[in-house]
Amino acid sequence: MSDTTSVVLAGVGGQGILLASEIVAQAAKISGFDVKTNEVHGMAQRGGSVIAHVRFGEKVYSPLAAKGEAKVLGGLERISALRYADYLCEGGLVAVNSQMMVPVTVSMGMGEYPADAEKLLRDKFENLIYINASEEARKLGNVRAANVVLLGALSKGLDKLSEEAWLEAVKISVKPKFIDLNIKAFKTGRDI
Amino acid sequence: MAELLSGNAAIARGAYEAGAVLAAGYPGTPSTEILENAVKYKDDIYLEWAPNEKVALEVGAAAAMGGTRSIVTMKHVGLNVAADPLMTLAYIGVEGGLVICVADDPGMHSSQNEQDTRNYAKFARLPIFEPSSSQEAKDFIPMAMEVSEKHKTPVILRSTTRVSHSRSLVELGERKEHKSKGFQKDVQRFVTVPAFSRQMRLKVEKRTPELKAETESSPANRIEMGDKSLGIIACGITYQYVKEAWPEASVLKLGFSQPWPDDMIKKFAGYVEKLLVVEELDPLLEEHIKALGIKCHGRDVVSGIGELSISSLRESRAKLEGRPVEKYAYENMADKLPGRPPVLCAGCPHRGVFYALTKHDVVVAGDIGCYSLGAFKPLERLDIILCMGGGVSMAHGLDKAGEKKKVVGIVGDSTFFHSGITGLLDIAYNKGKSTIIVVDNRTTAMTGHQDHPGTGRTLMGEPTVEASIEDIGRACGIKRIRTLNPYDQEATQKALDEEINADEASLVISKAPCILHDRSGVKPAFEIDSELCKNCRMCLKLGCPAIEASEGEKPAISSILCTGCGLCRQVCKFGAISGGENE
Repeated sequence: MSDTTSVVLAGVGGQGILLASEIVAQAAKISGFDVKTNEVHGMAQRGGSVIAHVRFGEKVYSPLAAKGEAKVLGGLERISALRYADYLCEGGLVAVNSQMMVPVTVSMGMGEYPADAEKLLRDKFENLIYINASEEARKLGNVRAANVVLLGALSKGLDKLSEEAWLEAVKISVKPKFIDLNIKAFKTGRDI
Repeated sequence: MAELLSGNAAIARGAYEAGAVLAAGYPGTPSTEILENAVKYKDDIYLEWAPNEKVALEVGAAAAMGGTRSIVTMKHVGLNVAADPLMTLAYIGVEGGLVICVADDPGMHSSQNEQDTRNYAKFARLPIFEPSSSQEAKDFIPMAMEVSEKHKTPVILRSTTRVSHSRSLVELGERKEHKSKGFQKDVQRFVTVPAFSRQMRLKVEKRTPELKAETESSPANRIEMGDKSLGIIACGITYQYVKEAWPEASVLKLGFSQPWPDDMIKKFAGYVEKLLVVEELDPLLEEHIKALGIKCHGRDVVSGIGELSISSLRESRAKLEGRPVEKYAYENMADKLPGRPPVLCAGCPHRGVFYALTKHDVVVAGDIGCYSLGAFKPLERLDIILCMGGGVSMAHGLDKAGEKKKVVGIVGDSTFFHSGITGLLDIAYNKGKSTIIVVDNRTTAMTGHQDHPGTGRTLMGEPTVEASIEDIGRACGIKRIRTLNPYDQEATQKALDEEINADEASLVISKAPCILHDRSGVKPAFEIDSELCKNCRMCLKLGCPAIEASEGEKPAISSILCTGCGLCRQVCKFGAISGGENE
């Protein structure tokens, strides 16, 4: 088995998965690792379920993580981590934003949104951080920073990347006028 | 210092470093970002979005015949559109380098079919490069340009979604300017009348063994010896998966694959006890190896449907070794969770047209773009989709075949310019009676808002003329043409009623900007008054993601998603929905 570390982020198109994976990738690059990421484009972005992979290590081959090997799994919406749980390694860290986004299929009665999502998550994952990242971001002034709050929480499961590397990565990944907001968002998540 | 670049950004960089002076393409996921990234180099490279892939290839081909270096970009289905010039261009060849960058989409993340572009390389007898990382995506462009010029042939560079949309570290190089002598008149070389084409055909055959010598010695192909009990031949991205699923195996990595390097393949096969071919989509190489008389595994253990991955190859490995697949630590619960398909965005102007169409018992021929999402519940107002531009001509076909219901065709603005115009011309010329709706949101929305002949702006950011869909319709010979505002539901329904029931062809232009692209129309969010709401759930029939309702509960509007388009207020019979700018 290689020494490659895999990160998987899941959520709904438009939640800022691309930015979150960009920050992980930059933090890994700053830390001197080889890095590969995979992005989601096109049709899948339109409110659909999306997944992004980041892998870093001495030498990374595949840009896609293998199932059963992700060290951390982030869910930007309440149930999205359940959809890709098979990517997580035994005992890996899961961070989930408790925000709920009702899919159109549920509104139309074609599916049911699990009422006990939190219990499902707690039963499944022994190593879970379940936070209201959207509310935390709203308190900081912009609900769109929920992705970076969640990333802050998730960063605790990636000990190969230092806090300095993360903050530097945030700075170079977001537009200048949003740097302060996102630094605060990251620290909020990391301190939870 | 290496930069983290997507495969597409790396291809753009490769074109810059190779001294290309022209780049043309048509947007299509996963190829789109090549030209978007090439805009960085607009001081050195002329760039354009062409109306379609055929035009893009013809533009690039001419540039190359004129001695300059160029790249042309498209997705796999786009190469079908450009196939006509491609097959003959393979005869004529080029003077300056021409690399045709085609991005395949195994797994159909954003496409209507899976299609292996390597077949076109074989079909047209063209060399093909297959990068497996961003670094190779960049490095292979100058290499492909060299091959193109040395052998006077266009070269295909085949990417796939996971190469185009993965980001990895790339060491950049400097641009090498390429001098052109300009176009040199040579009728026998550049004019494909039969007498000359017959001579060109011979050149194509003569070129093939010369190209084979190139693949045999190319640095893009290499043998990495490991354990000799298994040797794997990997093409493109599959190399990366193979290195993780079989870290100990010997690997023949093919980055410059056709014409196949037979000697290299034979040599490698001789080194190892067992041979396995890992290729995405079609078993082209496997069939070729078997035709050489070499035994190998391939499709018997590796799937030919969809994308490969480390996980799928670990399953292949288990199959090859005759043991069960290992279980993962956690099972996913996807089957037990509600589906989350892509939907028309909150505030999307197309929703008004599709909703109005639910009031009509018609057959709707759809097209490729965001509006293909109108096929899903609850709107379900698309009945067939074939290809770009097909929405127009298929409506005509149904109509002429005597379909009992009235027929409507739907096409987007970019798609109309791509290949909808000819269909409309056909309807006018052949006295069709169908209603064609152009959902004109003034951008190429699905692929990420690229400009087109109707946007009044070029890829290089310069203002330009804005093609008028109304005028084009008139010039085609359509008499009934009207433009409507899709957010005004009453007017939209009335207009569609009149046009659908008219006894002649009509062109309806539903004009409102894409709400993701142009946020100027966004108004404060609407709200549902739960006292007034009778929970009739009419508003949910719009399929708007901003209107949420769990089972039995009254619907509520998400203030984050709602753009204040007001369509829901127009469908609520109880006046329970209010808000927006004027209230």
